[in-house]
Amino acid sequence: MQTWLIITIVISVVVLFVILLYNSLIRLKNQVKNSFAQIDVQLKRRNDLIPNLVNSVKGYMKHEKSVLENITKARSAVMGASSVEGKAKASSELTNTLKSLFAVAEGYPDLKANQNFIQLQEEITGTENKISYARQHYNDMVMLFNTKIQKFPNNIIANSLGFSDEESFEATAQERKNVKVEF
Amino acid sequence: MRISFNEVRNNKIKSYVLIFFFIIIIGVLGSIIGLIYNNIYLGLILSMGAGLIYSMFVFKSGDKMILTMSGAKPVTKKEFPHLFHTIEGLQISAGLKTTPKAYVIKDTALNAFATGRDPEHSSITVTTGLMDKLNREELEGVIAHEMSHIKNYDIRFMMLTTVLIGIVTLLSDFILRSFLWGGMGRRRNNDNNNMTLILIAIGLLLAILTPIIGEMIRLAISRKREYMADASGATLTRYPLGLANALKKISQDPDPLVEKANKATAHLFISTPFGKKKSLMGKLFSTHPPIQDRIKKLEEM
Repeated sequence: MQTWLIITIVISVVVLFVILLYNSLIRLKNQVKNSFAQIDVQLKRRNDLIPNLVNSVKGYMKHEKSVLENITKARSAVMGASSVEGKAKASSELTNTLKSLFAVAEGYPDLKANQNFIQLQEEITGTENKISYARQHYNDMVMLFNTKIQKFPNNIIANSLGFSDEESFEATAQERKNVKVEF
Repeated sequence: MRISFNEVRNNKIKSYVLIFFFIIIIGVLGSIIGLIYNNIYLGLILSMGAGLIYSMFVFKSGDKMILTMSGAKPVTKKEFPHLFHTIEGLQISAGLKTTPKAYVIKDTALNAFATGRDPEHSSITVTTGLMDKLNREELEGVIAHEMSHIKNYDIRFMMLTTVLIGIVTLLSDFILRSFLWGGMGRRRNNDNNNMTLILIAIGLLLAILTPIIGEMIRLAISRKREYMADASGATLTRYPLGLANALKKISQDPDPLVEKANKATAHLFISTPFGKKKSLMGKLFSTHPPIQDRIKKLEEM
């Protein structure tokens, strides 16, 4: 009789533990998903701004065709990417090309005084900042989630429940090197 | 960065405890007024009812009272795109669902504060001087500090303290005046004279003590809060030097006085809006930790 009682208690404790763990993992996973959607929103916002930027700059930068081409190319790469890693890579590429555009723009006083350009530059810089904040938040969430499913004894249960590590949004070391600006 | 769940829960509990004590203190003050006018129970019931309704009102719109008191005006994205971008960016970084509203005080002093009842109903106020004199990283540091106040529900507790302690002070003042001018002559009842005297003595003591106690509590709380918001703000931007440099500029500002700040709203601001105090009493009763200490802590991060 007593053994049965003990067995029942042990089983209910284990079941309860699994339920609680499962629910908290689901919650965390949804947070990860949601914070990735945040990055996406900002990436899209930046992509929407770029055609305007290119148009406003075109007239001033006759000799800087390649810079603008690079931006357009990088922009479509961001739109085309589907995996987390691919998006991270394309996005940091686009960031770099935009940086070089703004650096080149320093040499065009007319352009720098253009009200439309000033506004767009503020918008894009703001969006760039938001992308990096969204990325930071996403990576924090991913780390939280991954730590939780890697800890013992969570790892045993999480694996059998079908949870696996999430990917963080990061450009590889190579992409992170400084932009080269050629005049 | 995740502000620990405990931090949020503590602030929520503290807010309810504060409201509870507020209603009790108001009840006691009310019955003292009742005693003066020979009707304790009526005073007690009326004042506690009023206290309850008032707390509910403050919970809902205390932030608007504070914003009006400090002369803060709502602004649009068109007017201050840079401020909006900074707030939106840090909102994302903090993982909040709604963007706090932006308010601006037309003042050359460098200061900022956040208020509201929860992250969904919150606002960040900055002075025009702050936007003019700080660069991007510094402004981000300041906004991140305010964003942490919002995220961990400091704003709720701070808003309630501001408005509720304000009204207690006002009432105690009223009671003292009643003692001095109105009540004395009206007491016709000569029975239990000793009892009445003791009650009045207690009441008088309470009337004098409550504002002082309230003041001390508020100061103690807000100093610790500033250090914590500095630290968690720094993890939002991952760049503690931004806020450190901003605080340096703020401390070197020759004209730190925010015109419309008063004693009730002082503890909301990122740095004390009354300028530098040098005396020991100034230190004891200051609403903010010394700015040099805050800068040092940030630089060591």
